[in-house]
Amino acid sequence: MSVDTEHVQRIAELSRLAMDADQAREFATGLSDIFDFVEQLDGADIEGVEPMAHPMDAAQRMRPDAVTEPDRREDYQAIAPAVEAGLYLVPRVIE
Amino acid sequence: MTQETLSDWVRKLRAREISSRELTRLYLDRIERLDADLNSFVTVTAESALEQADAADARLAQGEEAPLLGVPVAQKDIFCTRGVRTACGSRMLDPFVSPYDATVVERMHAAGAVMLGKTNMDEFAMGSSNETSFYGPVRNPWDTTRVPGGSSGGSAAAVGARLVPGATGTDTGGSIRQPAAFCGITGLKPTYGRVSRYGMIAFASSLDQGGPMAASAEDCGHMLNAMAGFDERDSTSLERPAEDFTAGLDADLSGLRIGLPQEFFGEGLDDGIRAVLDEAIRVLRERGAEIREVSLPNSHLSVPAYYVVAPAEASSNLSRFDGVRYGYRCEDPQDLLDLYTRSRGEGFGAEVKRRIMVGTHVLSAGYYDAYYLKAQKVRRVIADDFRRVFADVDLLLGPTTPELPFELGAKSADPVKMYLSDIYTIAANLAGLPAMSLPAGEVQGLPVGLQLIGNYFDEARMIGVAHQFQQETDWHARVPSAFA
Repeated sequence: MSVDTEHVQRIAELSRLAMDADQAREFATGLSDIFDFVEQLDGADIEGVEPMAHPMDAAQRMRPDAVTEPDRREDYQAIAPAVEAGLYLVPRVIE
Repeated sequence: MTQETLSDWVRKLRAREISSRELTRLYLDRIERLDADLNSFVTVTAESALEQADAADARLAQGEEAPLLGVPVAQKDIFCTRGVRTACGSRMLDPFVSPYDATVVERMHAAGAVMLGKTNMDEFAMGSSNETSFYGPVRNPWDTTRVPGGSSGGSAAAVGARLVPGATGTDTGGSIRQPAAFCGITGLKPTYGRVSRYGMIAFASSLDQGGPMAASAEDCGHMLNAMAGFDERDSTSLERPAEDFTAGLDADLSGLRIGLPQEFFGEGLDDGIRAVLDEAIRVLRERGAEIREVSLPNSHLSVPAYYVVAPAEASSNLSRFDGVRYGYRCEDPQDLLDLYTRSRGEGFGAEVKRRIMVGTHVLSAGYYDAYYLKAQKVRRVIADDFRRVFADVDLLLGPTTPELPFELGAKSADPVKMYLSDIYTIAANLAGLPAMSLPAGEVQGLPVGLQLIGNYFDEARMIGVAHQFQQETDWHARVPSAFA
């Protein structure tokens, strides 16, 4: 399937990627080629096949419900773009 | 002093023929003199390396024999290293100094390895040429106008040029094996779940697997001994008894059944590479291996299935990069949405954006069944092909890449063309099988890789067969003349 600039911008919006029309136009060809390419899957004989999510069909392990991680809030906040009083700062969301 | 392999250094360090400090200085000096032409390292940690070397020398003096004690190594910049920038080839993580070590880094440190630095890579491991790195492309030591392959291109080029005896890589669709082939070294992707993914920045979690890259198969065995093992911090880590991956080095090849998947030898394979493989097959046959043709009838679907599954998982994994908790944040965000979209729009490069968008699209309402569910079914069909074949043969052999290392820029404008570089490597990832690439010859002065694909958990046998091949040939010992 082929995607136009408008469709690319819609996908970019869903992907939370800022993208103007010029950039979207540049992506349209490559994305269309990729979507065309993966359409080869339409020819696969997969009648009755179960989808495979894990190479060994392994399930997630259970573990005891115990606290195992130490409190390293300061280490983690030291690398944040903006923090104050132990909180991560973002632009105001409530007026 | 660059003819020695990692395994040679392990022996010489134990025999106290050289100290870890001397060895560390030797390689740090090579990096300083020679890496300007390659750009294989993004960070060199000289000071801490010498401290680690001194600590290793003290352990060696006490007669300790940890697997990599005193051996210099490099970490692909996808592995988190405490106190050292871990950028994953991206502007998004350029400011990121990791507050913790990846399990692989921790384990190698405990095994006595000395980290010289972090190697360059395609951004978030998305690429087959190492041209998508925020830190600029890496060049192939055999011909600096050509790419080293990707995404572990920095590790491959650094080992190929003998700037370090061994380095880690990660392989989601061929990212250890393809650059190993392009740079004339040996690289191994273990069975999915062998090597912990904790602290290994996630691209496609059901496919990603870390592994060793070094000159020889024996080197890879020593490194894997240090890297592999159960880790409760990775929910997909496999609980297996400890294993010595060098246990099969003395393998007897007589009666070994090697399958040649006919789909890997069809149209599209470079004639020079085909001739190199024919000669390698002759060597193995002479040693007693039994060669059979086999078929993987759905292998042509592996690249299309991969380019649904991998981007889908990537779009989900990379949603964590939001400019709030760590990494790049745009200037003067107007509101929360602007903060997210501009931080991501400015922080990610074109290929990463392309894959996030492919993934978002294939997972979006109305497309999920047509793409994602179908690809997951095809994935099982591909894995079943392997199961069938491994009932009759012990190992599969084929080319690692369809062509020789290409010129920088040759495929940059055409994503699908670039994706087809991994046509022979992707199927093993989809099935979760172990696979490796080893140097098997040269064409026009450029190295050619031979790929072995093993059954689940059969790394030791695969390493043994590769080692036996490397006893008969010296391709793995060759160093590009500019770096000899």
